[in-house]
Amino acid sequence: MASMGNVLGLIFANMHEENLPELTKSRAMASVPFGARYRLVDFPLSSMVNSGITQVGIITQAKYYSLMDHLGMGSEWDLARKTGGLHILPPYGRSDNGVYRGRLEALAGAAEFIHESGAEYVIMSDSNVVANIDFKPIIEFHEKKGADITCVYGTGVYDAERTSRFTVLGVDENDMVYDVLTRPSISGEVKPALNIYVTRREFLENIIRESECRSLYSFETDILQHKLHDFKICGYKYDGYFEIIDSMKTFYKANNDMMNRDVCHKVFSMSKPIYTKVRDVAPAKYGIDANVKGSLIADGCIIDGTVENSVLFRGVKVGKGAVVKNSIIMQGTVIEEKAALINGITDKDVTLTKNRTITGSTDYPVFITKGASV
Amino acid sequence: MNHIKKECVAMLLAGGQGSRLYALTQEMAKPAVPYGGKYRIIDFPLSNCVNSGIDTVGVLTQYQPLVLNEYIGNGQPWGLDRAHGGVHVLPPYETAAGKAWYSGTANAIYQNIGFIDRYDPEYVVILSGDHIYKMDYSKMVDFHKEHQADATIAVLEVPWEEAPRFGIMSANPDGTIYEFAEKPKEPKSNLASMGIYVFTWAKLRKYLIENENDEGATKDFGKNIIPAMLDNKEKMVAYHFDGYWKDVGTIDSLWEANMDVLDPKVPLDLLDDSWKIYSRNPVMPPHYAGPSSQIQNSMVAEGCEINGMVDFAVLFAGVVIEEGAIVRDSIIMPNTIIKKGAVIEYSIVGENCVIGEGAHIGERPELIEDKSQWGVAVVGHNVNVSDKAIAPPKAMISKDI
Repeated sequence: MASMGNVLGLIFANMHEENLPELTKSRAMASVPFGARYRLVDFPLSSMVNSGITQVGIITQAKYYSLMDHLGMGSEWDLARKTGGLHILPPYGRSDNGVYRGRLEALAGAAEFIHESGAEYVIMSDSNVVANIDFKPIIEFHEKKGADITCVYGTGVYDAERTSRFTVLGVDENDMVYDVLTRPSISGEVKPALNIYVTRREFLENIIRESECRSLYSFETDILQHKLHDFKICGYKYDGYFEIIDSMKTFYKANNDMMNRDVCHKVFSMSKPIYTKVRDVAPAKYGIDANVKGSLIADGCIIDGTVENSVLFRGVKVGKGAVVKNSIIMQGTVIEEKAALINGITDKDVTLTKNRTITGSTDYPVFITKGASV
Repeated sequence: MNHIKKECVAMLLAGGQGSRLYALTQEMAKPAVPYGGKYRIIDFPLSNCVNSGIDTVGVLTQYQPLVLNEYIGNGQPWGLDRAHGGVHVLPPYETAAGKAWYSGTANAIYQNIGFIDRYDPEYVVILSGDHIYKMDYSKMVDFHKEHQADATIAVLEVPWEEAPRFGIMSANPDGTIYEFAEKPKEPKSNLASMGIYVFTWAKLRKYLIENENDEGATKDFGKNIIPAMLDNKEKMVAYHFDGYWKDVGTIDSLWEANMDVLDPKVPLDLLDDSWKIYSRNPVMPPHYAGPSSQIQNSMVAEGCEINGMVDFAVLFAGVVIEEGAIVRDSIIMPNTIIKKGAVIEYSIVGENCVIGEGAHIGERPELIEDKSQWGVAVVGHNVNVSDKAIAPPKAMISKDI
């Protein structure tokens, strides 16, 4: 049985950004703020650490400043270690000065790191899925099945619009993957891929080398789809809560899901916590006119107005007479006196000036960009 | 072993019991007592050190140090996990000559002369873990240097009626101290010693050794070292401090100090980024204010689940307030659960308690006829209060009821 200390974690920081342009314009997908205090990278990273993985590489491509600032040396995830630990892997220069066109090229850039890890297994994860996953049973499954590649998937009922944004797997009753459909636009009960893959390290190194020689760059297309019958590809069903962040709509929904106490306690489990950067701010302060119902409030917030069914990130100020309803308010935003935001999402450091009212609709929340003063 | 010389070493006296906090310090030293929604008292002197550029701090523990030692750990939350210096917990230790507990504030420093000597400092800053305040110690050290003093004592002007409670310094206009009286009945000055000292190490070292060799004497800074230095006409100056400084040694003062964080008129700004107070942060999700919650005038930390009424309260991390529960003018320490319909008024409830359904802790002063019977009620840490149990004002509950 593999020891989790012998597993290397790899997180792709920049995958699927085309799905969420508003929030990834100036930051990596991994850096997208979520759940009042977190960034999306915290979920795969904490999952890995809680599963006993002590070496993790974060493969970055672009706009990774805020991510590097967030991760630091990895101390909050207990990854500031003497052996292993957290490594941020900036883009490895290519001779033709391009950026990575796909996971395989990104992995080629990290090939030396992967080899030096000496790990037996590698778990790769994107950073656009909110879930708290125990990877230990997945490694055990991969070993037991003798699989070349294990793909982690969930199940759910989706419409065509939604499935046009992610990858769907066909998995039979023997846990064998028989189909990989990219953005299929089908509706009904499907098995979305959670963008988590397990392979043996040596197997991965072979794929990377071969793909380089053949100028192949997409893991999904060139490996999963084209080698479906050459490799033993198995599917592992994940039963817990997950949400793939692939649009502003799902971003909004997933944040709201965190207000469901059941979901919140499962995702932010006390025994397998989601770690994040520490900010040393004072606890949230409620004033005399504060009127908060059904909301998630982070530290550093100062609330003097009405907040309903909303998620307030760190250091948000809600002035007297202001109203925030059904909204997601990111770090440092100020909702001035008597202003109102209903069905909205603000990025960081937004100012909603006195008496301004902005209203979106529940299925199309209005988005206010970072630093804007409205 | 190679030790880099440091200009300044801070010694933080954290060994006291804080006996006037009774149930709250039965199993933890006073500096470990929770404060302000997410801190422990020791966060203030530690953060002040780091922000003042002092990176070498000895924390002298003795009484019930477990919670404090675990909390301090390797000092990382305060940036005191350093290659050279950093924070060191210093309990009493056995030597070839025998074992000795710390028998006084001066004796505690005396027993750690070895620790201080390793850094060969010019100055030693003596602090206690008893007060809530923000102070730039480097300015006090600069003052000490400018005056070429042997000892600098931080003083605060207190109201004359309070003066008999403090060590009182009489100082000349140029700042030099000419007299010191410990808790004088007829104070000659209203400059109270804050228990914060800067000493030129070479001088202090001498006095500590002399005091230790003085068989019958107590081994206390206020009672022995300061008077001895004064008698020998050493250069001692008063450094005036002019800011928020709150003692938290009694139940009433701890309660008041916590309530102060809710008062906008109180000049202690915990949100001031230029002088951050660091602490070991809980790893918990943001707090949740439920649909039936009513929260006003309060401070709420991470991980709380609130479905009841909260007014003028300080809720620490992970506190659960169930539906129908009412918490007013009270302090609820980490991970405590206040069950349905329980009422908490003017109380301090310790860590990891369970207050049963319909229980009633403390009472509002306006509802008590005989005011001498009224005071803050206290439930100590790890206590279970059963359903419908009642704890009157001024109660001190240290065991399950």
